[in-house]
Amino acid sequence: MKQKKILIVDDEPNIVMSLEYAFKKKDFEVFIARDGTEALDISEREKPDLILLDIMMPEMDGYETLKRVRENKDLTHTKVVFLSAKSKEKDVEKGLKMGADSYMTKPFSIKKVISDIEDLLG
Amino acid sequence: MSNYAVGLVIVFYLAMLFVLAYVAEKNQRSKWINNPYVYTLSLAVYCTAWTYYGSVGIASSSGISFLAIYLGPVIALPLWIVVMRKVIRISKQHKISSIADFISMRYGNNRLLGALVTLTCLFAIIPYISLQLKAVSETFSLISAKGSYESTGFLDDSTFYIALLIAVFVAFYGTLSTDTSKHKKGIITTVALESILKLAFFLAIGIYITFYLFDGTTDLYNQASLQENFKQLSSFGGLENGFNWLFTICLSFFAIFLLPRQFHVAVVENDNESDLRKAIWLFPLYLLLFNVFVIFIAWAGNISLPDTVNHDYYSLLLPLQENNYGLALLVFIGGFTTVISMIVVSTLALSTMVSNNIVIPYGFIKTLVEGNPEENTKRIKNIRRVAIFLLIIIAYFFYIRFSAQLSLYSIGLISFVIIAQLAPSFFLGLTWRRGTARGAEIGILVGLAVVFFTLFLPIISQAAMPNVKFVEEGLFGYAWLQPAHLFGLDYLTPESNAFLWSMSFNTLTFVGFSLRTKGNYRERNYAEMFVNHENYGNLQEGGFIWKGEAYVADIKRLLSRFLGEPRTNRALRLFNKKYNISETEERADARLINFSEKLLTGSIGSASAKILLASVSKETPISLVEVLNILEESKETKASNKLLREKSEELATMAQQLKAANEELRIQDKLKDEFLDTVAHELKTPITSIKAASEVLEDEGMPPELRNRFLENINRDSDRLDTLIHNILDLEKLSGNRSELDIDQHNMSKTIQKGIKGVEQIASKKNIEIKFSKKEKVFAAYDEDRILQVLTNLLSNSLKFTEPDNGRIKILLEDLDNQVLVTIKDNGRGIPEEDKDYIFDKFYQSKNQNIKKPQGSGLGLAICKKIVESHKGSIAVDKEFKKGTRMIFSIPKEQ
Repeated sequence: MKQKKILIVDDEPNIVMSLEYAFKKKDFEVFIARDGTEALDISEREKPDLILLDIMMPEMDGYETLKRVRENKDLTHTKVVFLSAKSKEKDVEKGLKMGADSYMTKPFSIKKVISDIEDLLG
Repeated sequence: MSNYAVGLVIVFYLAMLFVLAYVAEKNQRSKWINNPYVYTLSLAVYCTAWTYYGSVGIASSSGISFLAIYLGPVIALPLWIVVMRKVIRISKQHKISSIADFISMRYGNNRLLGALVTLTCLFAIIPYISLQLKAVSETFSLISAKGSYESTGFLDDSTFYIALLIAVFVAFYGTLSTDTSKHKKGIITTVALESILKLAFFLAIGIYITFYLFDGTTDLYNQASLQENFKQLSSFGGLENGFNWLFTICLSFFAIFLLPRQFHVAVVENDNESDLRKAIWLFPLYLLLFNVFVIFIAWAGNISLPDTVNHDYYSLLLPLQENNYGLALLVFIGGFTTVISMIVVSTLALSTMVSNNIVIPYGFIKTLVEGNPEENTKRIKNIRRVAIFLLIIIAYFFYIRFSAQLSLYSIGLISFVIIAQLAPSFFLGLTWRRGTARGAEIGILVGLAVVFFTLFLPIISQAAMPNVKFVEEGLFGYAWLQPAHLFGLDYLTPESNAFLWSMSFNTLTFVGFSLRTKGNYRERNYAEMFVNHENYGNLQEGGFIWKGEAYVADIKRLLSRFLGEPRTNRALRLFNKKYNISETEERADARLINFSEKLLTGSIGSASAKILLASVSKETPISLVEVLNILEESKETKASNKLLREKSEELATMAQQLKAANEELRIQDKLKDEFLDTVAHELKTPITSIKAASEVLEDEGMPPELRNRFLENINRDSDRLDTLIHNILDLEKLSGNRSELDIDQHNMSKTIQKGIKGVEQIASKKNIEIKFSKKEKVFAAYDEDRILQVLTNLLSNSLKFTEPDNGRIKILLEDLDNQVLVTIKDNGRGIPEEDKDYIFDKFYQSKNQNIKKPQGSGLGLAICKKIVESHKGSIAVDKEFKKGTRMIFSIPKEQ
């Protein structure tokens, strides 16, 4: 089976470090971006299967990033999952309404995140 | 001078007045014409030839008693303002255009009373106008060269033609509009100018005589005191004379209200009530200036001129004696201009009265009702024009026939005494509700009879029946019925005697008959309205009270006869709109009756207006009780309206305040929500990090090196969590009260050094120099730990954002009067322009700190701000500073 590409977008290096370790362990090919702009660059280049996207980031936030990804014809197959500390019901609703494939809240269980993402990627 | 030359000057001068009046009419709205100065100057029409020439005459023969006639108005003026305000308001509301209209309206639009007042005014004023003409004629012959042409009859008498020219002037500019309550800007402007001219020329001759012909006032006094009768001339005389003074002052006091010309300029031509405020000091000043030189001119005349000349004309004779013809001509023109303004305004006022109070109500109503609007307008104007010419011509012939023996002064006083007969019905009418028309009529008649007996009879009998002895011996031989010394009072001048007794009898009969007769409802209504003016002003349409039956169509037809169809329709449309009355309403109510009456009053006078409206309506009497009820109701309605308005304003204010408070709460609430959201987010981040790290640490195959890094991360995130919680608590504590501060006297210089020491380690690690030029002793009261916290925070920020090695930080401490100022400047990357407004907000972190978030809670500057503010100081970032960041904070020295 081909290795799945996952892009983790978050401005908190400590969180990214843990996620990176866990996904690599599960044999994902992991890319890291620290904000939206960087994320779009990497997506363009690597065409990841899934983007794990934080919302509150400097420069370009998660919502804008998602919008740009959805507008990109090369990234139609890319799934986007929000991973945010914004955990209110209306935040979740908003994220899904904007076209995210799933919405996960911080703090999270890495095991649960990975299993949900594996389900999502089939 | 040749009398042709003088005649030419006169014609030229009159032509100038025509042009000025024309220009003023064209520019009615100009502020040159509509201002309190023009108003006050027009009041100075009070000063006639009597003032200009007569005062000197009286001063030369009886000393300073001439002053009484000017002291009256000066003393009366404060009261004049109060009464005038009321009179002006009432007059404007009812379009009153003369004193006759005013008095007749007060007593229920009484036609007879209006006519009687008019006749009284005619008796008083026509001889007065004659005397003005006499002054012109006599001065004309004085200034004309001896031996030049002398007139033989009125057809070649220049005075006659001057009188005619004046009549043409008044007839033209006085009847431009049929509505007599309309302002006559042209005439008033010329009167104001004439007031300036007469004062200027009189002052000029006064200065010339006092300072050129003589050596100032002292010289004049010294020379005059050598004259035989000087003592009598310069003293007030005894008690008897005191009474004469008192009566003369009273007389002039009444005159300033009641003279038709004064009523005209002060009330009818008043534009703006506030003009009165200027008049209150300017008019007395004018009178004072006018009288400054009178006594000196009189003395000078007594010294330099033979006793045979007419003392009245000293001011003209003195320059003539010196052959100073130029100045003499100025004096002549000054006198001439004085005469013109008096005659113009007097005939204007009198002609209005004659037409509106005698001719129209007694002779023309029927014709007018049948005529069409154009004819009526023409007819009304013609009535006035004829009246103007007749008045002036009668005055001219009166002068030719009678005035040879009388001085300006005495005719002036007689005129005042007659006019004073209106005083009881006028003044009491404004304050006493019981006064009735019958009382007023009989009072005036009795007063006039007494004047006739005490003043005229002696004059006439002297002239016509020299052998009749009753003037000396008293009527029927009774000594107490001597005309000039009635009831044995023998120390009064004839005028004072006449004034005292006529006023006494007049007032007594007025009051007596008023108490005995009961006026009809109309009189009582108007009495209530005039006396209780403040209240009745509240009623709609001037508080007219009327009960009866009338139809709009009839009234409309009547109005059209005078105003023409278009104006009537326009007026009624406005009226209906104002009171929200349907156009199809057939029945007229009290408001419409009053409105129509007012519309007509301007054109034909109040008495005629009443008669006309009565002809198209069926009026039912209304009792005084009803009247008072209506007034009371309106008062109550007004009071309760006022209360309601106040309440609703109060409620509106409260609602506004509530809304603002609500909004404030909402904002606070939103801010709190946002704050909590941000706090939650900021807390979640390290927790997430810790939780994730501890989860991956479960993997036992992790290399030890990596494991250590995860553990370090957990440690650091825990610290971060701790700082964050500490800062949040700190901020909340500072938001509370100031009691948390531990305030004491400290040396700011020392505190700064401590602050520098705190960050020294980081600074030396980054090789950044922190410069501070020490100052000894800059004391202030503050909590040192807190200020240190501010300094540390600011310094840490500077260190964070400046480049290692070549970074420089500079601290400046300034000792100002009552505060200390600390500036921290660095050459780092600075704060982006768009962020400068927000850096002190909680959790605000610059968007441009991309990639790596600097370590910090986002609360540092917010805390700094709280600390400084809790010291009553302020902190700011210098928005102009571009080469890095410049933060400034100041705290007061005393807390």
